[in-house]
Amino acid sequence: MQPRVGLFVTCLVDLMRPSVGFAAARLIEQAGCTVVVPHGQTCCGQPAYNAGDRKSARELARQTILAFAGCDFVVAPSGSCAAMLRLHYPALFKGQSDAEFEAKAFAERVHELTDFLANVRGQTASDARFEGRVVHHDACAGLRELGIKSAPRRLLSSVAGVELVEAPETTACCGFGGLFSVKYPEVSTAIADRRIADLTSTAPDLVTAGDLGCLMHLAGRLRRTGNPLPCRHIAEVLAGELAEPPIAGSAGETAP
Amino acid sequence: MTPATRTFRENTRTALGDAKLAKALSGLPTGLVAQRAAAKARVPEFETLRTAARDIRDHTLANLDAYLSAFADKAEAAGVRIHWAADAAEARTVIAHIALERGARLVAKGKSMISEEIALNAYLETLGLEVFESDLGEYLVQIRNETPSHIIVPAIHLSRDDVEADFRRHHTHLPPDRDLATPEALVAEARAVLRARFLAADIGITGANFLVAETGSAIIVTNEGNGDLSAHLPKTHIVLASIDKVVPTLSDAATLLRVLARSATGQDMTAYTSLLTGPRLDTDPDGPGECHIVILDNGRSEMLRSGLGEALRCIRCGACLNHCPVYNAIGGHAYGWVYAGPIGAVLTPAFLGADQASDLPSASSFCGKCEEVCPVRIPLTGLMRTWRERSRATSGSRLQRWTLAAWSFVARRPRLYHAATRVGIAMLSAFGRSRGAFRRLPFARGWTASRDFPAPQGRTFQQLWNERERGVPR
Repeated sequence: MQPRVGLFVTCLVDLMRPSVGFAAARLIEQAGCTVVVPHGQTCCGQPAYNAGDRKSARELARQTILAFAGCDFVVAPSGSCAAMLRLHYPALFKGQSDAEFEAKAFAERVHELTDFLANVRGQTASDARFEGRVVHHDACAGLRELGIKSAPRRLLSSVAGVELVEAPETTACCGFGGLFSVKYPEVSTAIADRRIADLTSTAPDLVTAGDLGCLMHLAGRLRRTGNPLPCRHIAEVLAGELAEPPIAGSAGETAP
Repeated sequence: MTPATRTFRENTRTALGDAKLAKALSGLPTGLVAQRAAAKARVPEFETLRTAARDIRDHTLANLDAYLSAFADKAEAAGVRIHWAADAAEARTVIAHIALERGARLVAKGKSMISEEIALNAYLETLGLEVFESDLGEYLVQIRNETPSHIIVPAIHLSRDDVEADFRRHHTHLPPDRDLATPEALVAEARAVLRARFLAADIGITGANFLVAETGSAIIVTNEGNGDLSAHLPKTHIVLASIDKVVPTLSDAATLLRVLARSATGQDMTAYTSLLTGPRLDTDPDGPGECHIVILDNGRSEMLRSGLGEALRCIRCGACLNHCPVYNAIGGHAYGWVYAGPIGAVLTPAFLGADQASDLPSASSFCGKCEEVCPVRIPLTGLMRTWRERSRATSGSRLQRWTLAAWSFVARRPRLYHAATRVGIAMLSAFGRSRGAFRRLPFARGWTASRDFPAPQGRTFQQLWNERERGVPR
């Protein structure tokens, strides 16, 4: 029997870029799993948690844990949300024995998408195709909290036509940081410019990342500064879901 | 110094507009950051050492009273006078009293962040004492009437040209046409100026990197030897250290020293590592005639009690500053007080009060680099989050707080979430879909001032998924 995977689509993908959700669902299905999308999911609670509102974060954690009851795995196309579910949910209930146990049991089933595909399901092949140089930006939470580094690269390398290039600063933050991006827009943008200079030094045709937040921030800055470099969520490239324009791109620019 | 923490937002804008500062900071990735990485790579057990260092600090902090009194006993047995200071005012008074009682006029200072914390120099100057900083970087900021912008590289914000101009302005007793073109010439001049002052100083005041309970020794690490000169040449040596500097044994200190210099400057060891144990003995060729150690609390006990004790593990290496994207963008002065960067964002609200510095803990993208490099594994993002919890009611703008509260309200009600987001996203998309992004959004000016806001694709994923499940073609 196929494992039942609950897709935690993340609120950003849900609202801003459903094509990433469909790409993720397709990839999980291709990895031999059944995908379900529980209605009870909304936001993982990270904005509230990082703004110091533990109460709301705890309620959202309870809601999410409940929504995904009965799933063998919970997979999110975001390292940041996956880290919230996997690491911070148990921390939110620390000391509350039953709730903490439940949160830990839930957390063990949570995976970021590329980690799930490459490491849990052992996916090594892809039937997608993308011609060009791709630079992958590691979103900080996935990289440092979940240790995701090689999975996205292995998967991207399996896409026909992809020439994977590495930015000199392989672990630099893009400056998004959730609410940080609007609380300190100038600092956030200054960090973005530095990251963009680093990424573009590889002369890429496409920027990918595993988190839509970082991508909206980078793409928004690229577009504002008149740089046509497209940005896409890694799931779109892996699934060959390239019909939609790149992030912040207009309807005319579907390719790449 | 008068804190400028309440104007943090404006400070960041000023800093970002300072091209000279940006240039000065641009050396960090290839400088201290790369040097640390190289030093770490030379020590295969570095991660294990970090864990050991953390455990030493945690054990000491959990038994702080015992180790402090053990240290005091040993130091007194070696002839040191111990002074306990509950707060900055007490520490200043004790030090001033020692200096005035001895008729001192000139004070040599070793580098000490705690002296910045208690604004010691300014206080001593009001009493008619002359104080000179003997660490080169501290000297540079002192002659400019500035404060350090980095824990270990106080003058990181300055360029060689700044230093030359300051020396010409300040060292008026030297020929104006002298050649100061090279860094070597600048260092030689500073050395000559400072050497004369060392010999004339009546009192030497230094900090301490560690206080060793086993031996009663104060350990200072420097690269210039100025700590030793400050400690040994004047008749009286005063060590100013905070309660968290104590470590149980010399062996523990050795473990901490192994991670300290590597994390700070990428050196295996600093040029000088000095163990100072009591005043000069009759058999010693040199050393101070008397030695005092002022042990300062200044809110640290309260930090231990109130769940912020992990911040007291800090050994002031500065690695979290060097690796922080925010520090790299704005430098140290923008933080508005003594301690900058991630550790500053945690310490400053504790020392000044959360109401004085509530913006600092929110000025982090939570990228986690600081935690990754911290030699004593301080959970810096977690501690910043703790402060965010404590100052939630006042942090950020009212609109931001209201928006977040509204979002949490909607997100906790999935049916409302689905209904509201469908409508909202459809509307947003209708306005922005054709261009792909918004140049301006009235409710998101913070974003759109410098970035386009990507337009949503039009319908929510969950809406489309449900339709697909029900067999509606996509």
